[in-house]
Amino acid sequence: MSTTSKLINPALRSALHLNSSKGVTPAMAKSAAAYLSSAPSGGVHALPDLPYDYAALEPAISAETMELHHSKHHNTYVTNLNASLEKLDAAVSSGDVSGIIGLQGALKFNGGGHVNHTLFWENLCPKGSSEFPTSGVLKDAIDARFGGLEEMKAELGAMTVGVQGSGWGWLGYDAKTGRIEPATCANQDPLAATTGLVPLLGIDVWEHAYYVDYRNLRPKYVSAIWDIINWVLLSSLSGHSDNSVVDKDNLEMLTKERLSKNMNRVMACVS
Amino acid sequence: MRISIALMSLPAASAWSTLTMKQSGVNSSRRDMLQKGAALATSIAIPASANAYAVPDLLYPFEALEPYIDAPTMKIHHDKHHATYVANINKATEGKPEVDILDLQLNALEAGPVRNSGGGHYNHAFFWDEMAPPDQAAKTKPSPELEAMINKSFGSFDEMKAAFEAQAAPGAVFGSGWVWVCLSSDGEELKIVGTPNQDNPLMKGVADEVMFPILGIDVWEHAYYLKYQNRRPEYVSNWWNVVNWDKINENFTYVTEKKAGVPVRG
Repeated sequence: MSTTSKLINPALRSALHLNSSKGVTPAMAKSAAAYLSSAPSGGVHALPDLPYDYAALEPAISAETMELHHSKHHNTYVTNLNASLEKLDAAVSSGDVSGIIGLQGALKFNGGGHVNHTLFWENLCPKGSSEFPTSGVLKDAIDARFGGLEEMKAELGAMTVGVQGSGWGWLGYDAKTGRIEPATCANQDPLAATTGLVPLLGIDVWEHAYYVDYRNLRPKYVSAIWDIINWVLLSSLSGHSDNSVVDKDNLEMLTKERLSKNMNRVMACVS
Repeated sequence: MRISIALMSLPAASAWSTLTMKQSGVNSSRRDMLQKGAALATSIAIPASANAYAVPDLLYPFEALEPYIDAPTMKIHHDKHHATYVANINKATEGKPEVDILDLQLNALEAGPVRNSGGGHYNHAFFWDEMAPPDQAAKTKPSPELEAMINKSFGSFDEMKAAFEAQAAPGAVFGSGWVWVCLSSDGEELKIVGTPNQDNPLMKGVADEVMFPILGIDVWEHAYYLKYQNRRPEYVSNWWNVVNWDKINENFTYVTEKKAGVPVRG
């Protein structure tokens, strides 16, 4: 698998953050709206390439898990999202309100599955390639909410382990308070649409994310995943990875810039 | 007499790695686990109170459902997943009066942790006993009474299977859960219901009405992932090969007469 392929369609990223970011430009909003309502004529959703090889996250996540997770599970969400959008298009065209409403579950599940996994791949990188920053906006935000990185891992980790059945743990940005918050969502419910938080970091705790490697030991998987979090990406997206400016307002920047930054930044952590 | 052994091999993870087993009737695999457990244990609980729930032994060996359900899946599903629900329901009900696990289901939604762990115990205990090795299962079929009810409710046996498989598809039960064939509360018809996580139709508030399951399949990924990975529909269609219709007939007779859930072992 190529390590230079583009990771995420910028329009999808725009779409994800429309809900809670004030800094979205009209052009971007239009693009995002078009993306979310895309029918085949407007371009179908596609499975994004990973910015690393399937084996790159070992030993935390095996190549077998990554291949299944990406090429089968994520791909199925993409396929079914496209199918659901086609049906939505037809229902909208014919004014079939009942049909439109009936598609909401499938859109939430498959659209959420596509959004969540796209973010997830970006959140991860090979062990040892991305140290948590010793200063800067991300560290400040985590210190302010949790008291420190280890405390964040403990709180978010416990919440994530505690998800009943299938779901996700998240670290998200609350635009109203300017703070970051931990959260969990069931199944493939997307964070932004469900809670209003802007997703920064997601941890997939569907059994398919860890069963090959950890079986029933979900806590072991969640502990291991901290070794492969792409902190460089999360903090560099703030635009202040040089730490020249550290300001609470920069947290807003952190989320805004996730809308528009060139995703090639993630490559810096892979080389 | 039962004992609980907590494997505190992970910080804050006891709930996920706790085994509960009967002291008597320990077979070789359980003895092996017991030894490993003892080696890892940092704390051995005192004998649990008399009302402690227990993981029922399977009525068949782990490999008996091959090739449709593989032995490694059966072993981990029974010895780890089910055992965790049992450990947690024992913890949640510690010191409380003894109540049959069946009787915990009705108000489970109001009872906090009982919903997940109590549901998990009931559901899995129900699941093990409705299955049999494929050569035995193949000799069983719905009784005339059940067949008549299936035809009345769904049109035909094949239509019931199709509706059940559709409900068990990934896009119907969106995450982890179960799919059931139940007798309606008035006993007039059979219905197919999907329930999330460890909920079941015996729990008030889960479905439109309380219903009585006669057949149910676990569609959590742990039930099939080692063999089928993302291919849940293949697991579901193969599962019919291990359904013991003698037991389903028995369940149907019971719920029809009693208008109550089927009791389970454990």
